[in-house]
Amino acid sequence: MTTLTRVASRTPVTHRRTPPHKSPVQRRSTPLTIAMLAALAYFLLPLFWLVVASTKSTQDLFTTFGLWFSRAPQLLANIQATFTHDDGVFARWLLNTVVYAVVSAAGAALLAASAGYGFAKFRFRGDRAAFNLVLGAIMVPATALAIPTYLLFAKADLVNTPWAIILPSLVSPFGLYLMRIYAQDAVPDSILEAARIDGAGEAAIFFKIVLRLLAPGLVTVVLFTLVSTWNNYFLPLIMLNDPNLYPITVGLASWASQAVGGGSGANSDMLALVVTGSLLSVAPLVVAFLLLQRYWQSGLTTGGVKQ
Amino acid sequence: MTAASPKGPPRPRRRLRTGGAGPLFVAPFLVLFLVLFLAPLGYAAYLSLFQNRLIGGTTFVGLENYLTALQDPLLLEGVARVAAFFVIQVPVMLLLALLFALALDSGLMRLARVVRLGIFVPYAVPSVVASLMWGYLYGADYGPFAQLSSALGLPVPRFLSDDWMLPSLANIVTWEFVGYNMILLYAALRAVPQELYEAAAMDGAGAWRIAWSVKLPALRPALLLALVFSVIGSFQLFNEPNLLQRLAPDVIDSAYTANLYAYSLAFTSQQINYAAAVSFLLGLVIVIVSYAVLLTANRRRTP
Repeated sequence: MTTLTRVASRTPVTHRRTPPHKSPVQRRSTPLTIAMLAALAYFLLPLFWLVVASTKSTQDLFTTFGLWFSRAPQLLANIQATFTHDDGVFARWLLNTVVYAVVSAAGAALLAASAGYGFAKFRFRGDRAAFNLVLGAIMVPATALAIPTYLLFAKADLVNTPWAIILPSLVSPFGLYLMRIYAQDAVPDSILEAARIDGAGEAAIFFKIVLRLLAPGLVTVVLFTLVSTWNNYFLPLIMLNDPNLYPITVGLASWASQAVGGGSGANSDMLALVVTGSLLSVAPLVVAFLLLQRYWQSGLTTGGVKQ
Repeated sequence: MTAASPKGPPRPRRRLRTGGAGPLFVAPFLVLFLVLFLAPLGYAAYLSLFQNRLIGGTTFVGLENYLTALQDPLLLEGVARVAAFFVIQVPVMLLLALLFALALDSGLMRLARVVRLGIFVPYAVPSVVASLMWGYLYGADYGPFAQLSSALGLPVPRFLSDDWMLPSLANIVTWEFVGYNMILLYAALRAVPQELYEAAAMDGAGAWRIAWSVKLPALRPALLLALVFSVIGSFQLFNEPNLLQRLAPDVIDSAYTANLYAYSLAFTSQQINYAAAVSFLLGLVIVIVSYAVLLTANRRRTP
């Protein structure tokens, strides 16, 4: 753990928006640009395929060339079919995913901010031991923890409820670690002292002053948790068996296994639904990432930047 | 962090800030951490010491489940497979991420912003969707690669066959995470002080020399972090094989990766106690490998 601690405790949490290093002689390399565009094509290819495939009927998926549109595009019909299949269960999954992700992200960020502030700005008995204990937990893989959590939740009758997804996502050791580093720099002691002299209570100081100062770091933790809850598959897969509680990932996987029946199987129409559903589930996150670039670009990297 | 020793005087107030409120800010997180992190681990550890037998019900068996697991060919095979996956996939992924980060940072290319965002986009795609997409792209009947090769009269690539499955999975994971690692490394490069480059250029170092002697050392902490995250990710590989299993049930069995095995033990064959032992061991393997990576990396560079 020591290395990881050292890696990041040296990290000044600032938002770098410096322009790229300009080489002394400003020249552009065309071969490099072409090579990188080729790499870019590889990363965008599956997404391009997804967009193309979403416009096709299941039959066209099998009979027309995968990387170009068919003669009868039917994106809207596919979207409609996706939302109406099985009494609109897809919309339900989308809603579930949003609820799980938003509640988890907000809760995790608030808990991490409060604890990070507590560890950064207060000294109390056992603070180092407690912090190191949490830090050690960063390395415990989520999936290795999932089955034990399931076993415990089964005992507590929490399995097959939304809590089974939200509760485990609330504890983010990495989030705490980021917030602690962040609070160290972003919350000046002088402000705290001034507020105390003015007679402000500790809770008021936290909610009115500290949270505002921590906002950029909070956005990072929110994004982190949002993505990991949105993308979570293993935990809901084992925790939930009621399709009405599924998040989008588990729902799509269940549709996909129905669609595998084969090219001409009874359920082969599901294929178009799986493809369109995938597109619909990817779109919000991709758009969010493009809109929030500034935050994740400084945030996601906080742990790895070296001073 | 020059905190007082834990055996200090019992006064709650220390020299730094009012001590009273600190525990209150920390408490909610720590309570949940205790209940949702340590308690499941403890409960699983407890369960792993028992066995459910047809006759006699649940009995205490000590470490027997662990001894069984250590000799279980299915588990060992699964661990060996994810270890092989780690050895193949992670160097490729990190090398690509490194090359892309260096290319973006060099300032020599056009459209750098577009390329950076485009390569990162797969990170926002859930692994379930990534596996579904690649699964269809790999398909031998309707996948575009199969269509192209049959149109050209070439043999159809069997991405989902036994021989190709591990590289195919590695490709999916690489696709998902190169961008994330690239951003991590790129940010570390951005943080290198400009003076270092100027000094190196003054000493007559060329672009390659600067990359090797200035940029790579500066990237060490970020690379280390990426490496540790990759250890954790590789050894708990589950989502991608679980989804491709539906397309290639003959290739990916229920013990293809260690984590798939733990899952099928707990949920298909209902061997809860044994599953607890297996996931415990798997977690232990991951922690040990992570520390080993950190320690070797540290020993190599720090005197």
